[in-house]
Amino acid sequence: MSEHILSIIWLTPLVGMLVVMSLPKESKDLIRYVANAFAVLGVLVTIPLIRSFDSSNGDFQFVERHDWIPALGAQYYLGVDGFGYLMILLTVVVGWLSILCSWASIQKRVKEYYAFFLFLQAGMLGVFMVLDVFLFYVFWEIMLVPMYFIIGIWGGGRRLYAAIKFFLYTLAGSVLMLLAMLTVYFRHYEQFGFYSFALEDLMRVAAYSSPELQFWLFWGFFIAFAVKVPMFPFHTWLPDAHTEAPTAGSVILAGILLKMGLYGLVRFAMPMFPQGATNDTTVKLIAVLSIVGIIYGALVSLMQKDWKRLVAYSSVSHLGFCTLGLIALNPNGIAGAILQGFNHGLSTPLLFLAVGIVYDQRHTREIADYGGLANRMPVYTVLFAISLFASMGMPGLNGFIGEFTILRGAFEVSAWWAGFGVLGIVLGAAYLLWLFQRVMLGPITNPKNETVKDVNLREIVVMAPLIIGCFWIGLYPKHCFEILEPPTIKLVERLDPDYFSRNGLELNGDRALLGALPAAEPAASE
Amino acid sequence: MMDALIFTAQDFNVLKPAIILCLFGCAILLTDVFIVRRTGQRWLNGVTALIGEGLLAVVLVQHLAQVRAGGAFSGLGGSVVVDGFGVFFNIVFAMSASLAVLMTARYMEAEGEHRGEYYALMLFAQAGMSLMATGNDLVVLFVALETMALSFYVLVGFLRNSKRSNEAAIKYLILGAFSSGLLAYGLSILYGISGSTNLAAVGDAVAASGADNWAVVLALITTSVGLFFKISAVPFHMWAPDVYEGAPTPTTAYVSVASKAASFALMIRLFTEAYGSASASWVPLLGMIALITMTVGNLAAITQSNLKRLLAYSSVAHAGYILLGLVAFNEAGLRGISIYVLAYVFMNFGAFALVTALRRDGKAAEEVDDLNGLAGRSPGHAILVAIFMLSLAGIPPMAGFYGKYYIFLAILAEGYYLLAVFAALYVAVSAYYYFRIIRACWIGEAADTPASLDLNLGSRVVLVGSGVLTVLIGVLPQRFLDLAGESVLAALR
Repeated sequence: MSEHILSIIWLTPLVGMLVVMSLPKESKDLIRYVANAFAVLGVLVTIPLIRSFDSSNGDFQFVERHDWIPALGAQYYLGVDGFGYLMILLTVVVGWLSILCSWASIQKRVKEYYAFFLFLQAGMLGVFMVLDVFLFYVFWEIMLVPMYFIIGIWGGGRRLYAAIKFFLYTLAGSVLMLLAMLTVYFRHYEQFGFYSFALEDLMRVAAYSSPELQFWLFWGFFIAFAVKVPMFPFHTWLPDAHTEAPTAGSVILAGILLKMGLYGLVRFAMPMFPQGATNDTTVKLIAVLSIVGIIYGALVSLMQKDWKRLVAYSSVSHLGFCTLGLIALNPNGIAGAILQGFNHGLSTPLLFLAVGIVYDQRHTREIADYGGLANRMPVYTVLFAISLFASMGMPGLNGFIGEFTILRGAFEVSAWWAGFGVLGIVLGAAYLLWLFQRVMLGPITNPKNETVKDVNLREIVVMAPLIIGCFWIGLYPKHCFEILEPPTIKLVERLDPDYFSRNGLELNGDRALLGALPAAEPAASE
Repeated sequence: MMDALIFTAQDFNVLKPAIILCLFGCAILLTDVFIVRRTGQRWLNGVTALIGEGLLAVVLVQHLAQVRAGGAFSGLGGSVVVDGFGVFFNIVFAMSASLAVLMTARYMEAEGEHRGEYYALMLFAQAGMSLMATGNDLVVLFVALETMALSFYVLVGFLRNSKRSNEAAIKYLILGAFSSGLLAYGLSILYGISGSTNLAAVGDAVAASGADNWAVVLALITTSVGLFFKISAVPFHMWAPDVYEGAPTPTTAYVSVASKAASFALMIRLFTEAYGSASASWVPLLGMIALITMTVGNLAAITQSNLKRLLAYSSVAHAGYILLGLVAFNEAGLRGISIYVLAYVFMNFGAFALVTALRRDGKAAEEVDDLNGLAGRSPGHAILVAIFMLSLAGIPPMAGFYGKYYIFLAILAEGYYLLAVFAALYVAVSAYYYFRIIRACWIGEAADTPASLDLNLGSRVVLVGSGVLTVLIGVLPQRFLDLAGESVLAALR
């Protein structure tokens, strides 16, 4: 049982898809119940994973390994460490909530909708657990297809344009990754005499390849991930896709899909090509692009008239923080980046859900059409405010912990980086608070807003787990840091073997690094 | 030399595939006149053809077992050789022909041209292809190519009352004859250099005279151009869209898959055996042509609104990718070509089977917009279309991905990085037009009088069988990759 736990996790939604496909398309409620049941089941099957995951272990756990295509050396090879573990938890929860939140808002082609959604869920879970680069590519690509349909069929007015743009951008990035993948795979064959796509085999190639080659291969992977993150200037698909997608689609895009870029970097690109990642040009370029992304995303958000588009651009800014943390290449930066990715996966879905709730009633996304909603929707206002503060980085909520850790990591490298980061946080507060003021506060100016209804129980249930998560990480982040610490240490050692001795940090036993990671006790570290 | 004139058991063995195909072709012509036309049961011709293919399959399995046990063997004084390469391509032709036969009946009935000659010509064409893949002699190869081409000229123009079909046939005939002329010219120079028509002897003579010998260069250029016409490589592709659009759709599928595969088979054998020593001089040429072919094919396909034309340009682009395998000229490249061609059979026949079945007011419908709303009317077929299009675009885990996989691997191994980057980015371009078809099926709003699907048992078998195999090769490719590995010519193992 426990050796198949990862397979069970990703296959559960796939079985759900097959069951949904076998139901008659007229019985919409039955389909909804079945899809939701499988989404809940998807959460439940992760319980054994949560119970037996050993957060002090830096190696891959729950490893499952079988030959798949011996001719290519491709294997069915799964395993998780702290990075993957957090992402899987995020995926099952956010995936479940997106399926739940679609209950009333999706009325046409219900059967296909849930089938695609469950398919997407299976693909995303696969991405976060594979350790075979070939299989990773398969999951990475196939997952685009259901997302294309979700945006294209159930999206807003410019959905066709947004869907194909999303698909082509991501595909163009990933075919370059395929080339880099094949190059390192071929080098491995030349060096070791057998074909393999297993991550640890391909990681060994780095010792035999020149820094220049590693640089190019790193960028081959990086562009694919940068499109997904999305990093400035590869971000232009994001506002369209997020804005036009149905609420659940936006939630999944912001919550999970963007994290795949970050995850891909720490799982594949950085460990496989350490000298490519630590290359001076790479670091400078990525840092500059991240900072531009932070500031540009915030400024563009400030100018948006469309509520959903504002949230979409805020992702560009927030994910800029994450890539800045990663490229700081120190424990704080990397752990902070993954944690902030996780945080963004909690808070941005909340913001999209909030937009979705009023959009379902008013069918407009224009900020100017709203105003004074607080008068009619008190509970909604509180929920929205919490989401906003979480996203803004208010102490006590999750965003603060992530941003703070990243800034510590960035500061270690350059005070300038941290300075621009702080500027980004200030701008973030500006556009979010201004948004709140425009839609929630003041008198009701538009008579149509007189009749809006407050959130119902289902909508509260959808938002509650995410809000609890925000508070949990905000008040007690120790647990997350414990999970992130071992893989972070491993990655930093891989990138910069002298890092710990240079900084006088002893690595003895499994818990020697608490001093290097700030947030063991956030209060103590301040 | 006397024993070469005696027809031995070995000679018979190597010729079995071609003999079976010709006999069944003739049998169809006879039974059509004496039995089928009297009883009116026209589907019997298709059954006869399929029996022929079944018998052929048995022979091919025997040949494969013989090759596995004792290596390649040849007959007729070394002019026909049965090796893994030849058997593999014969399997590809047999599958293509069977699928084409299965989807013919209903379409030709709708067009009012359901006649026995059609099936006979398909088998005659296949006999030509069979020898194109196994021939090891300049004359055999040329005669085989012409046997195939002549059959196709008639097949393309088979809709006698359709202007477009007639126009397509004439275009195909004139350009085809021209390219055959060039090819024959090149082959005659090769004979002049070597004094022999045997490929091995020609290869030795070419190696002896050196790659920069003007006669070798002239032979290389003329044979290349002749073959570029046949595989519809740019700038010799102009006939393809018109012929594909005008021909009866089952023929279009058959031409685009089988005739192209056969021409590639001939090309690979000729370039490996005869020009192998001069590879330094033809690799850059082929690389350029492959790049231009991918560029033009992919970009031109974007704006097409007719399904058959769109698939025609896409098939031009695919020819570019397949050509890259020969540019790499290594084991992975040739294995890539084989697996590419095999996958192409299923994904392309699947796509064409659907076009074949599409009807509006009882006439064949061929516009992309005719697919609008298909997902609402018949979701199963919409899923199949998605599978075929994803496979054509090379998205894993579909069969089409593995062809691109090997070909990219092959050119990267040779260090052609820039070419690889272009080829890879064109995958994204091609996804755009394949997704136009998917979009029509899944997102497009159905018209007031939507086009209907007219399927009989045969076309259902083609659709479902192709769909299953496209996914099966994609998910569990091991056996197919092994088979493709066996097909690599001995010179490049």
